Amino acid sequence: MITIPYLTALTTYFSYGLLFAFGQLRDFFRKIFDWWKASNLQGYAPICLGLEDFYIRRLYLRIQDCFGRPIASAPDAWFDVVERYSNDNNKTLKRTTKISRCLNLGSYNYLGFAAADEYCTPRVIESLRRFSPSTCSARVDGGTTTLHTELEECVAKFVQKPAAVVFGMGYVTNSAILPVLIGKGGLIISDSLNHNSIVNGARGSGATVRVFQHNTPSHLEKVLREHIAEGQPRTHRPWKKIIVIVEGIYSMEGELCKLPEIVAICKKYKAYVYLDEAHSIGAVGKSGRGVCELLGVDTADVDIMMGTFTKSFGSCGGYISGSRELIQYLKYTCPAHLYATSISPPAAQQIISAIKVLLGEDGTSRGAQKLARIRENSNFFRSELQKMGFEVLGDNDSPVMPIMLYNPAKIPAFSRECLNQNVAVVTVAFPATPLLLARARICISASHTKEDLLQSLEVISRVGDMVGIKYFPAEPKKQQQEKGMIKVD
Amino acid sequence: MFEASLNSQIEISSAMASAVLKIVNTTLDWVTFALDAPSARAVVFGVQIGGHLFVEVLLLVVILFLLSQKSYKPPKRPLTKKEIDELCDEWVPEPLIPPLTEEMQSEPPVLESAAGPHTVVNGKEVVNFASANYLGLIGHEKLLASCTTALEKYGVGSCGPRGFYGTIDVHLDCEARIAKFLGTPDSILYSYGLSTMFSAIPAFAKRGDIIVVDEGVHWGIQNGLHLSRSTIVYFKHNDMESLRNTLEKVTAENERAKKLRRYIVVEAVYQNSGQIAPLDEIIRLKEEYRFRVLLDESNSFGVLGSSGRGLTEYYGVPIEKIDIVTAAMGHALATEGGFCTGSARVIDHQRLSSSGYVFSASLPPYLASAAITAIDVLEENPVLLKKLKENIALLWKGLSDIPGLSIASNVESPIVFLKLEKSTGSMKNDLILLEDIADRALKEDNIFVVASKRSTIDKCRLAVGIRLFVSAAHSESDLRKASASLKRVAALVLRS
Repeated sequence: MITIPYLTALTTYFSYGLLFAFGQLRDFFRKIFDWWKASNLQGYAPICLGLEDFYIRRLYLRIQDCFGRPIASAPDAWFDVVERYSNDNNKTLKRTTKISRCLNLGSYNYLGFAAADEYCTPRVIESLRRFSPSTCSARVDGGTTTLHTELEECVAKFVQKPAAVVFGMGYVTNSAILPVLIGKGGLIISDSLNHNSIVNGARGSGATVRVFQHNTPSHLEKVLREHIAEGQPRTHRPWKKIIVIVEGIYSMEGELCKLPEIVAICKKYKAYVYLDEAHSIGAVGKSGRGVCELLGVDTADVDIMMGTFTKSFGSCGGYISGSRELIQYLKYTCPAHLYATSISPPAAQQIISAIKVLLGEDGTSRGAQKLARIRENSNFFRSELQKMGFEVLGDNDSPVMPIMLYNPAKIPAFSRECLNQNVAVVTVAFPATPLLLARARICISASHTKEDLLQSLEVISRVGDMVGIKYFPAEPKKQQQEKGMIKVD
Repeated sequence: MFEASLNSQIEISSAMASAVLKIVNTTLDWVTFALDAPSARAVVFGVQIGGHLFVEVLLLVVILFLLSQKSYKPPKRPLTKKEIDELCDEWVPEPLIPPLTEEMQSEPPVLESAAGPHTVVNGKEVVNFASANYLGLIGHEKLLASCTTALEKYGVGSCGPRGFYGTIDVHLDCEARIAKFLGTPDSILYSYGLSTMFSAIPAFAKRGDIIVVDEGVHWGIQNGLHLSRSTIVYFKHNDMESLRNTLEKVTAENERAKKLRRYIVVEAVYQNSGQIAPLDEIIRLKEEYRFRVLLDESNSFGVLGSSGRGLTEYYGVPIEKIDIVTAAMGHALATEGGFCTGSARVIDHQRLSSSGYVFSASLPPYLASAAITAIDVLEENPVLLKKLKENIALLWKGLSDIPGLSIASNVESPIVFLKLEKSTGSMKNDLILLEDIADRALKEDNIFVVASKRSTIDKCRLAVGIRLFVSAAHSESDLRKASASLKRVAALVLRS
C-alpha cells in the first residue's frame, strides 16, 4: 500500500482533470470537423468507438516519445538508443540514423546474459548451425529435438522439481495452461496485482475468478473461508478445486511475495498453489533458484511453478514445472504444446548454457559472482536512492525498484531529462498502474559496475531535483541517523 | 298501586332518556362548535370543507403508516465461525489432474538434427513430412549467416517488451519489409505464432459485437474469440451457402445496431483439414452484408500465389479489401513469431491494446533478421514456389488411391490431409489406428509422418487424420517412397 501525501494527490487529480477537459474540447471540435466532411465508412461501424481510445488519442500520444524507444545494439549495461523526431506533434515518430550511447536502467537483464557472452554465444551459434533457427513444427509432431529434452531436464534440476515442460513464449504459457488445469466449477483466487497473462488465462479457463488484496495472507484466508463455505454461486454446490495464483516478484512494485504464509494457508484449506516466477527465477536466492530458496519454502509444497527465461537468462520462452504426472498430463492436453511451434533451438541452447554458468558447471565461478553482484548492486542502489529522499518501493534483495512520480507531467519530464543526460529509464503510467500512482521503474543488472551506478545516481538526483520528486526529506550526508523514513508496507 | 309503579318507571326511564339525550346533545354541540371553528368554514375552490375532512385526513394518515411498515421477514443468520470451520474441513477438492491413462504416456520421436526434408531420428535417417518447412528454408546458408551476425551483435533475447527498450531496429526493419512485400501500409510483429490471433481479436471485438467464424479454425482463434466475449456464430466448415445463410440470419436479427462491429474470421489454408477458403466468394458476401474480414494466412503465406504473397494473390483480390491479415512465421518463413498487417489505423490500435504485444517480451532479434532474409530469398527465387507446387501435385497423385484413406484437403494445399474413409465412430479409436499407421511408417519405412492430435479444450469437431507437410526441398524419390510406404502400411493396418 502506498500512501500519497494529500497535496500531491490533489495536484495529480487536478492535472488529470485539466488534461481530460482539454481532450474533450479537442474531441468536440474533431466531431464538428468530421460532420462537416463526409465520412467514408459507408455503413461499417467505426473500428474504435467513442471513448475507448480517448486515453490513447488525447493523453498517451502527447508523451509517446517516452515509450517504445528503439535501440540499435544489444540491451547490455550500455546501449545505443536511436533518436527519433516528429513533424506532427508526436503523432508519428520517425527514426533518424543518429544514436546516443546511454546507460541502460530499463531492460530486464538481471544477470547480464543479454549481450554476447563468452561461454554461451559460441555454443548458441553451434546449435544454430546444427538445428537451424526453427523446427517449423509443434512439439508433438516433429518439433522435439535432443536439445528440447536436455533443456527440460536441466530446468527441472535447476528449479528442484521432478519434471518440467518448456514453451516458446512466457505469455502463452499462462494463457494456455490455466484453461487445461481448471474449468467451469473451479475457483481461481489471484492476487489483485497479477500480470495480464494470468488474468487472460484465468478468464479463458471459464472458472470463477476472485481477487484478494495484494500480498495480504489474512485477506486470502478470509476469502478462502467465505468461498469454501458458500460453494459455487447460486447453486451452492462445493467447488471442484481451488487454485491460488501469486507471483514471485511483482514487476510494478518490486515486492517479494509472502510465500511461506500463503503456502501455509493453502495447505490448511487444501487449495493448490501456482507460483509465477517470471522476474524472480535466476535473480534472487543464494544460487539463483528463486523466491522459494530465498524465503525457505520447500518446492514440494508449491504445486505448480511457472517462470520465464526472458529476464534472467537472456533468452525467450517459459516453463512449467511440477510432478511427473502433472507434466505428462500437460504434454498430452496443453494446446501450446500440441499446436504451437516449439521453442527455437538456439534460444534453448542459450538457456542451457546460462543455467550451467549459474550452477558453476562451466568450470568457472562466474555464476556465483553474477549472483553476488546483482544482490550487492540492488541493495546499494536502493539504499542510496532512499538516502537522497526518493520514494522507492520494493523489498531488499529485489532488483526491481520503482520510484514514485505521481504527477502526469513529471512522467515525460523525468524520462526526457534523463535521456538528455544519457541515462535510459522506463516510466510507467495508467493503465499498467493505478491512475494516481505513475512511477519510474529501475531494473538493476549484474553487468552494471560501481561507476555506472554512481553515475546514474548522480544523474537521477539532479533530474529529481529539477522535476521535484524527492517526496521524503533527504538524509544529511555526514550523519548516520534515520530521519523517520516511514514508508510503504 | 300497579299504575303508580308503572308511572314511576316510565318517569324514571324518560328521565334517563332525557339525561342521555342531554349528554349527547352537549357532546354534539361541543363537537359542532369545535368543527365549526373558522378553519372548518373555509371554502376552498368553491367546495365547502366540512368537519368530516379532518376525520378523512386522519384515516389517510393511518393507512399510509401501515403501508410503510416493512413486511415481516425472517432475520438473516450468517454462518458462525464454527460452522465455517466444519465446512472447510469437510470439503475435499478433486485432484489437480485426472489419473493418467495409457495414451497419455506416449512420447513423440526425438530429432537429432535440423528438421529439414531429411532428418535423423533414433540414429536413422528418415524423410521428414512433419515440419511445415514449405520452401525448404531450414538449413539455408543465407538464413544461417544472417542469424549468426544478429546473434553476435544483439545476443539472443531482447530483454524487454516493445514499450520499454525492447524495440530493436531489426524489428522495425522486419515490419517494414513485410509491409512492402505484401503491399500494405504497415505491419506489426508478435513474438509467437499462436499468440498473434488470440491477441489481435480481443483488441477489435468486445462484448456485444458479432463474429461469424468457420467451425474448423484452430485453437488460437478459438481462444481469441472466447477472450473477446462477443457473440460467436459458427458456420459449416468451408461452406459458402452456410456462410450466406448465417450472415442473412445475423443481419436480420440486428437491423438497427449501428454501433455493432461485425467480423468474419476465416483461415486461408485450414490447419485442421487442409481446405482452402474461397476468398472471392467471401469478399462478395462481405461487401453485400457489410462485415469486416480477418484472414489467417499462416499456411498460405509464401505458398499460394504466383510470387508467394498468399491467398489474395491466388484469387486476384486486392489486399486492401481484407481488413486484417495475420500469419504465423513458423511455417514457410522457417523462423518463429507472427505478424499482422492491414491499414495504418488497424496496426496503430494494436500497438497499445493488443495484450500479447504490450505485455510480453519482443521477438528475439535473430529471428526477426531471419524473417527478413527469408523474404529476400523468396523474392529472388520464385523457382522455389514452382517446385513446391510440383511436389504437391506429385504427392497428391501418389496418395489418391490408398485403400481406406482418402485425401480431405484441397488439391493445391501444402498440407495433405489423409482421413479414414470409414471412421470407427469415436475420435479416440480413429486416432489409435492412425497413430499405428504413422508409427509403422516411421519404424519400417523411415517415413516420418504424424497423426493430427487434438487438445481436450479444443472445440473443433472435424475429423482427425494424418498430415503431411510438403516441402519444396523434397525430391521426387522422397515423395514416391512416401506414397508407396503409406499404401503398404495402410493396407496392413486397416485390413485387420
